Amino acid sequence: MNGAQDMGGVHGFGPVEPEPNEPVFHAGWEKRAFALTLAMAMPGQWNIDMSRFARENRDPGEYLSMSYYQIWFAALETMLKERDLVSDDETVAGHALREPKPVARILSPGAVAQVLYRGGPTERETNTTPAFKPGDHVRAKNINPRTHTRLPRYVRGHAGTIERVIGFHVFPDSNAQGAGENPQWLYTVCFDGRELWGADGDPTLTVSVDAWEPYLVPA
Amino acid sequence: MTHDHDHHHDHGSELSEMQLRTRALETILLEKGYIEPAAIDVLIETYEKKIGPRNGAQVVAKAWVDPQFRQWLFEDGTAAIGSLGFGGRSGNHLVALENTPSVHNMVVCTLCSCYPWAVLGLPPLWYKSAPYRSRTVADPRSVLADFGVSLPKDTEIRVWDSTAELRYLVVPLRPAGAEGWSEEKLAELVTRDSMIGTGLPKNPEDLA
Repeated sequence: MNGAQDMGGVHGFGPVEPEPNEPVFHAGWEKRAFALTLAMAMPGQWNIDMSRFARENRDPGEYLSMSYYQIWFAALETMLKERDLVSDDETVAGHALREPKPVARILSPGAVAQVLYRGGPTERETNTTPAFKPGDHVRAKNINPRTHTRLPRYVRGHAGTIERVIGFHVFPDSNAQGAGENPQWLYTVCFDGRELWGADGDPTLTVSVDAWEPYLVPA
Repeated sequence: MTHDHDHHHDHGSELSEMQLRTRALETILLEKGYIEPAAIDVLIETYEKKIGPRNGAQVVAKAWVDPQFRQWLFEDGTAAIGSLGFGGRSGNHLVALENTPSVHNMVVCTLCSCYPWAVLGLPPLWYKSAPYRSRTVADPRSVLADFGVSLPKDTEIRVWDSTAELRYLVVPLRPAGAEGWSEEKLAELVTRDSMIGTGLPKNPEDLA
């Protein structure tokens, strides 16, 4: 979706402000929001791409006014509600008011290290061959789906070069909609800074994105 | 339960509201049997104490002293880094990026906040912020200036936007003046920012 999350090239946000000796979390509730989000991935009611969409799918003004973990927490609440795991009246009451919906599994303390170490690999087996090879000239399609995509606006319509064939990976555009993993060939695609930003762009700049084959056409 | 102190100043009332909301949701999830509180504590402890930039520093220091490891790291980052025990969540597919005297790498996620947790831990606030996400792909030298870093005019700036599940780790240039140092001591020169591309390693003289 063309939402506020797609920030590449947007002006006016001001300087980057590094914080010396920054703590991992800035408030106690951030720790809980973070860990609850990770733990609630375990029941398997959604995938990472659905989570990302739940975070970005909001009014741009609202998105920009929320802190990072406020966005995470709001997305968690949304997904719990959409899947009938927690309802509005329970949120208001601050207590469970009805029987839990059965879930396949929950995260136990003893399993945390193993679950984190397993992570979520997205590469899949295939007997297909990639359409592009390193050095090929390609163009990023001009697409504007209202649903989740990982093709940023600032590269759409622009010409680039395949730098690397990464592998055959889960396609977020499908996976976020519950339409299956629909894996596709994934590439690192390089764009010249001036191709993206015009004649005034930094002549020493090259930017790459990782782009699935359906995002690309030969150029 | 530990008592956590909220010390942000600009959204005081919102933050206490967030405290109430997170607490309420945690209670509901617990009552429904969807979470085990001890698992929540272990997750927090893991990212506060165990998984952080010292992991990545170990990778970089090894790449500085061990040519075979270095070659493996750039050919198959996931396997080479995995051999040191790091991988998994936000690190299943790792790619190491080689800074050279003529090329400087920088990593960003313009669409959210993708970051190599397995080697750097959770991202700092600035990495997730709108200024960094918006400007790095268009005007990286001005971003470097915000970090007090200035590179020669003809250095190629290579920016990697993490739009898939690959996670990138910059291997900075080994600073001069640390000849003969052990891997452990070299790792102390490797800053988190130098592995994102917004900083450089520490000066060996400052570490003596």
